Amino acid sequence: MRSVDVVVIGAGPAGMSCAVEASAAGLSVLVLDENPAPGGQIWRGIETATERRGRILGPDYGAGRTVAQAFRASKADYLPSALVWNISTEKVVEYSHRGASHQVQAGAVVSATGAFERPNPLPGWTLPGVTTVGALQILLKSAGLVEEDAVLVGSGPLLWLMAAQLVDAGVPPKAVVETTPKGRVLAALRHLPRALRARDYLWKGLALMRRVKAAGVPVHSHATGIRIEGKDQAEAVSFAANGRRVRIESGHIALHHGVVPNQQVTRLMRAEHVWDASQMCFRPVLSDMGETSVAGLFVAGDGTGIGGAKAAALQGRLLGLRLAARAGRSVAPERIERLSAGLAREGSVRPFLEALYAPPAWINAPEDATIVCRCEEITAGQVRAAVDLGAPGPNQVKSYLRSGMGPCQGRVCGLLVSQIIAAKRGLPPQKDDYYRIRPPMKPLPLTELAAYRPEGAK
Amino acid sequence: MPKRIETGGATVTFTFDGRPVTAIAGDSVASALAAAGITRLRDSVVSGAPRGIHCMMGACFDCLVEIDGIPNRQACMTLAAEGMTVRAQQGAVSVSEGGRA
Amino acid sequence: MTRNEAASDTLVIGGGVVGAALAWGLARAGERVTVLDDGDIVLRASRGNFGLVWVQSKGANMFDYARWTRRSADLWPEFAAMIGEETDLDLAYEKPGGMHFMLSETELEAARARNFAMKDVTGPDDYGAEIVDRHELDKIFPGLGPDVIGGSYGHHDGHVNPLKLLRGLHIAMEARGVRYVSNARVESVAKDGAGFAAETAKGRFSAAKVVLAAGHGTTELAPALGLDMPLRPEKGQILVTERCATRLLPMPTHVLRQTDEGTVLIGDSHENTGYSTASYTPVLTDIARHALRCFPALAALKVVRSWGCVRVLSPDGCPVYHASETCPGAFAIACHSGVTLAAAHAMELAGVIASGSFGDRFAAFHPRRFSHAQAH
Ligand SMILES: Cc1cc2nc3c(=O)[nH]c(=O)nc-3n(C[C@H](O)[C@H](O)[C@H](O)COP(=O)(O)OP(=O)(O)OC[C@H]3O[C@@H](n4cnc5c(N)ncnc54)[C@H](O)[C@@H]3O)c2cc1C
Repeated sequence: MRSVDVVVIGAGPAGMSCAVEASAAGLSVLVLDENPAPGGQIWRGIETATERRGRILGPDYGAGRTVAQAFRASKADYLPSALVWNISTEKVVEYSHRGASHQVQAGAVVSATGAFERPNPLPGWTLPGVTTVGALQILLKSAGLVEEDAVLVGSGPLLWLMAAQLVDAGVPPKAVVETTPKGRVLAALRHLPRALRARDYLWKGLALMRRVKAAGVPVHSHATGIRIEGKDQAEAVSFAANGRRVRIESGHIALHHGVVPNQQVTRLMRAEHVWDASQMCFRPVLSDMGETSVAGLFVAGDGTGIGGAKAAALQGRLLGLRLAARAGRSVAPERIERLSAGLAREGSVRPFLEALYAPPAWINAPEDATIVCRCEEITAGQVRAAVDLGAPGPNQVKSYLRSGMGPCQGRVCGLLVSQIIAAKRGLPPQKDDYYRIRPPMKPLPLTELAAYRPEGAK
Repeated sequence: MPKRIETGGATVTFTFDGRPVTAIAGDSVASALAAAGITRLRDSVVSGAPRGIHCMMGACFDCLVEIDGIPNRQACMTLAAEGMTVRAQQGAVSVSEGGRA
Repeated sequence: MTRNEAASDTLVIGGGVVGAALAWGLARAGERVTVLDDGDIVLRASRGNFGLVWVQSKGANMFDYARWTRRSADLWPEFAAMIGEETDLDLAYEKPGGMHFMLSETELEAARARNFAMKDVTGPDDYGAEIVDRHELDKIFPGLGPDVIGGSYGHHDGHVNPLKLLRGLHIAMEARGVRYVSNARVESVAKDGAGFAAETAKGRFSAAKVVLAAGHGTTELAPALGLDMPLRPEKGQILVTERCATRLLPMPTHVLRQTDEGTVLIGDSHENTGYSTASYTPVLTDIARHALRCFPALAALKVVRSWGCVRVLSPDGCPVYHASETCPGAFAIACHSGVTLAAAHAMELAGVIASGSFGDRFAAFHPRRFSHAQAH
């Protein structure tokens, strides 16, 4: 079996940066990513984006070009279009590439698989024409595609960034419907002094809002009671704001309530997690070095808790250096210190942003009739009834209902189901309140599994 | 309505339910379909409700389509290629005796 | 948190398919029942099994078990209908018979010999399993792989959606007044005055009788009640495909079963890895290869998930039913094939337990058979 010092899963800011540093220090590194090109979500299409796209997407996006170049130039071995579908406790990484599965023994595994958008379980959210805001941005980055007259609904920095980018692309959204509840600004203010250490973020955020408003985009604040209407296709979104019901017709409704760590790898490996009440999500428990409770499994980037692209890149570099130092390579301590200081500075704005953009509580408490598991079409009411029946947690709910058994394997509904159960119990989700993840992490052709001969097979 | 912000460049053509769809470099099957204004990609397996792209990053599995005879492929994770035959899906996959979908 | 619950007639410890079937049956017999169950992530065979209601080959080493299995299979249609009626949940139970594919002459010969040995087990020529040749198999299973040379067809075999069975039992028992308390792992259970008391994180529960039906959890609790539960773990891994609209299999087979939802379950392994439920891919690839040899049409499907689950096995693989000699009113029930036996457990065993003693029934399932085996 092939053996490498480090297998990095994910070629986003964290994964690429980790690979660059670790390989520069002399470790053998293999980077596996399901996507056909480096960049991850934030720097998607970074090697191919046209100049015009680059202008619309701005300098934060452009910064990815340098990182991707350094990554390409590094000694790290990079295998795109490679889907990791299992990792054994002995850190044998199994992946699918061009229709065949392979295995590689890793000394250390770095999960740099980033984040997913928080699910938006609203009436009508399964209709064609309803996407996440992240999906809109991916269309722009990788395909130069924009939606005219889209309505953006939700909260968080990405909502405003996307709105501004649509303005810059000449197709301003039909409306921005903000769901941030009243009073959040006040709550966030106590974090402001610390956030000022990273004030460029704050200015950028304010500038985005100004740009969107200056373009004449109608902005509705503190919206609640959101419903997407339509029969076979989204036709309109309606909501309550300022004491009245508003209805806006549009064939494209984009939803966003922040992003949450992708737990697939860390849960697959049974690493310990904690509930993060501030970010309303689980994150893996990590040592100072970035190691999970499973020896040899490390996490960098948004998978550790949401920190953004800059923090992810810094975390990746730091982890790369630390893995090298751990393997006995010489690493200048000042470099580690400098990166750590940079990371601390990046982190200083988070409490402010988290307080300001904490999703409204109702987004995690859908109406009984609303679908939470999109694959198996299980509603929030069914989940609640399963808890009433006595289900002790999400895995029993899954057995009762099939929620989380569809092809997405709970990527979309997992967090929601955990939260719905917890709300019924009147306690925050407990650390193991999550679906047990099993291989294959994504559906794999039976023929491919049969053709695969890992060590130990008959 | 979808709109490309740039024009020109190489294109490839594939079909969706028999109808030609033009894709540009970098397009996934999903983005090319979105650009063509096609939003309904399948009917769900339980209730038969219409579904289309949702997350565009391989997480939600809502953009499942049949590509070159293989069903349940993520349109957003598959690069568009010349001559592909893409089809919408109705419910769960069907299988023939010989093991072809 | 302590809570002193009003006494029930019977405490059932374990809310898997064995405990739930007994609790429902006890409630049907007029008892007030409390079921104490563990948490979300525990060994729970009832959540990871294959869903066969299987008669052929069961009890080849103990004819009493063969007869008991058959009894359950005969009761299953009525049992499924009752649960269905009481819950509005279709358990997807079907009894089309079941096929065991044979891929070698040795396998086929062994099956032939077994069927012959068991032919009169439930009455003259009543066993209901017969060897079918390749030609007949082709008529039943179009698209069968070339390596399958024959099969053993069991007339009394069938299958059920095991997850719906567990859910149905939980709904039905609660509808009959059973109190189901989860996240209530029993730490200890002991004689308490005229009855029994169980200590859990959710407080102390007491009742006149107690039934240990906690799968592997039974072993630890049994000695305090003068019960003996020699059980061993054995891991089975199973693959499941995406949903398939085509009915690929007209009946369940011992390693392939299409569920009512359309998914195909592909089993299964027998691994000695202790109580671990961890996935092990070399075995999963073996399972995949074997499935494709049997049924090449599966080549069109994707595997969505796999899992590992631990079987509850006694040393001889047959059930262990023990009524405590030293603490009358305490029972321990454990078995493999708890799905198959669910109907007999619910409709017959529960009634016997309600009567307070086994009387002269189930002597063959007494654990003393294991100490005898050791003595000789
Ligand atoms: C891979 C596999 C395939 C199988 N296929 C079939 C099949 O096709 N047909 C068939 O008939 N059978 C099959 N079986 C067997 C069947 O699943 C079991 O016989 C049956 O589920 C056993 O049920 P149980 O209730 O005894 O145990 P379990 O389902 O394990 O339930 C035990 C319960 O007790 C609880 N518990 C444990 N300790 C405590 C405690 N201290 N306090 C409170 N609660 C406790 C647990 O939480 C659990 O809920 C299969 C099993 C496996 C592993």
